[in-house]
Amino acid sequence: MAEKIDRQEVKHVADLAKLSFDDAALDKITPQLEEIIDLFTDLQKVDTDGVEPMYSPTTEHSVLREDKGVRSGQRDELLANAPETHDGLIKVPAIIDESEDGE
Amino acid sequence: MNFNDTNITDLHNQLVKGEVSATDLTKESFKQIKATDDDVQAFLTLNEEAALKRAAEIDKNGIAEDQLLAGIPLAVKDNIVTKGLRTTAASKILGNFTPVYDATVIEKMNQAGFINVGKTNMDEFAMGSSTENSGFKKTKNPWDLTRVPGGSSGGSAAAVAAGDVLAAFGTDTGGSIRQPASFNGIVGMKPTYGRVSRWGIIAFGSSFDQVGWLSNNVKDNAILMQAISGLDKHDMTSANQEVPNWAANLDKASVKGLKIAVPEEYTSDAIDDDVREVIQAALKHFESLGATVDTVSLPHTKYGVSAYYILASSEASSNLQRYDGIRYGFRADDVKNLDDVYVRTRTEGFGDEVKRRIMLGTFSLSAGFYDAYFNKAAKVRRLIADDFNKVFKDYDVILGATDASTAFKIGDKVTDPTKMYLNDALTIPVNMAGLPAMSLPAGFSKKDGMPVGLQIIGKPFDEQTVYDAGYVFEQTTDFHKKNAKLGGQN
Repeated sequence: MAEKIDRQEVKHVADLAKLSFDDAALDKITPQLEEIIDLFTDLQKVDTDGVEPMYSPTTEHSVLREDKGVRSGQRDELLANAPETHDGLIKVPAIIDESEDGE
Repeated sequence: MNFNDTNITDLHNQLVKGEVSATDLTKESFKQIKATDDDVQAFLTLNEEAALKRAAEIDKNGIAEDQLLAGIPLAVKDNIVTKGLRTTAASKILGNFTPVYDATVIEKMNQAGFINVGKTNMDEFAMGSSTENSGFKKTKNPWDLTRVPGGSSGGSAAAVAAGDVLAAFGTDTGGSIRQPASFNGIVGMKPTYGRVSRWGIIAFGSSFDQVGWLSNNVKDNAILMQAISGLDKHDMTSANQEVPNWAANLDKASVKGLKIAVPEEYTSDAIDDDVREVIQAALKHFESLGATVDTVSLPHTKYGVSAYYILASSEASSNLQRYDGIRYGFRADDVKNLDDVYVRTRTEGFGDEVKRRIMLGTFSLSAGFYDAYFNKAAKVRRLIADDFNKVFKDYDVILGATDASTAFKIGDKVTDPTKMYLNDALTIPVNMAGLPAMSLPAGFSKKDGMPVGLQIIGKPFDEQTVYDAGYVFEQTTDFHKKNAKLGGQN
């Protein structure tokens, strides 16, 4: 059965979604999510016994193409969209935590 | 020149005869944009230099009689990727993103010789019903600048209503073409799910998203839809169905004997009186033309909004994982480690509504809640689709209001997400079932004078009957002839 979402749950879901909310933002979003999820609980009234879930309206079958690499020849254009590059590669921050409060 | 009072066929004939050039039309479009867009704010990016260059090429090559769309200036919603032209989905997280390829629908239109004048404003990632959720600017309704243009294709609708272009691309996940068409007194069509390729559409809810057109009139819409439809090897949900020439026989269309169903849920007390009055008159008009009109029930309509916001948000939370600050788009400054890049980039880059949807979706899919929310909603989706199937056994089309109200005031609903979500109650069920549906001008509110849209819903892949019914209604009424009073040429 459906349950309510509280501040602790909001923090947990934010962790899963790679988002963070400070205290002021939590004060705002928690009651909003609560209200929307409250609306969702309406669905529990619908009798769905034996109903097949519908995940897509498509009637097409999956068609797999041949698994073959294709060169687009667009390396420079692709790299131009990257936030940071170095020697023709995408630069990312250190994966090892350098902060003092590291976990 | 104001594009409100013309159409593709007339402009094409003038182009072929050499009475006007593609360059002339393109210049006229930018002139109108410059005259109106300080007020309306429909565009995020203008493509003036490239558009004029393209027009000159087309003029140089000449336009043949069978090149109906060559040299016609149109606008593109900013969640459709355009090679070499900034594409943001109105999100700061994509503020500096330049696509390296064209969406299939753009490629098809390029081959047809259209002129892309620019990218239109929208709710961020198409999440919203008012275009107030854009990360960049608020678009105004050309009929009344204190009102919203609807959303999420609000910029496209406003650009057409302001006479900037004949038509503009939109996308419709829960009503994002039809509701802004209704609010702006124009035609908006969402085709059957699978009719048009989604390749190169910035994904929101992949089992709902569909590309379509906002246009001045029904025939232009049918012509443009044919040009972008069809199977695409890049989108495995695109349908292997023949694409008819929907516009070819519109002039012979009739609604005599057409069996129209009107769901009681679409004319209930939840619909504003002024809207209901216009819709009732439209139904009487269809009867006077020889159609039969019966009241039916789509009993699961009231669960549509809840089921939709669970499913579409779940798909969005998955689709939007790709915005991680690594390969493209915005990256937060002063990040300490990789997790920090993800979290800070997303927290700073996404707007409030997008974060709310990601949270709702992640919650609905998370351990312990999946069955009660996501799977329950998918079962309700089946019941909503079955409701439609039952009605379509006995009827040709389903008619009702597109939206419960006319365009609301800017700021009226944006602070109350639940109220904003309920706004889409009449358009959402169509996306749940993947059906084709159109909104077209049906009259004006006695309360505020704003346009009211009539929604025509068809059977899967039966766009023809929807276009036929819409065309007959349009040609036997005058509502489409009244235009927004903006641009100084009405």
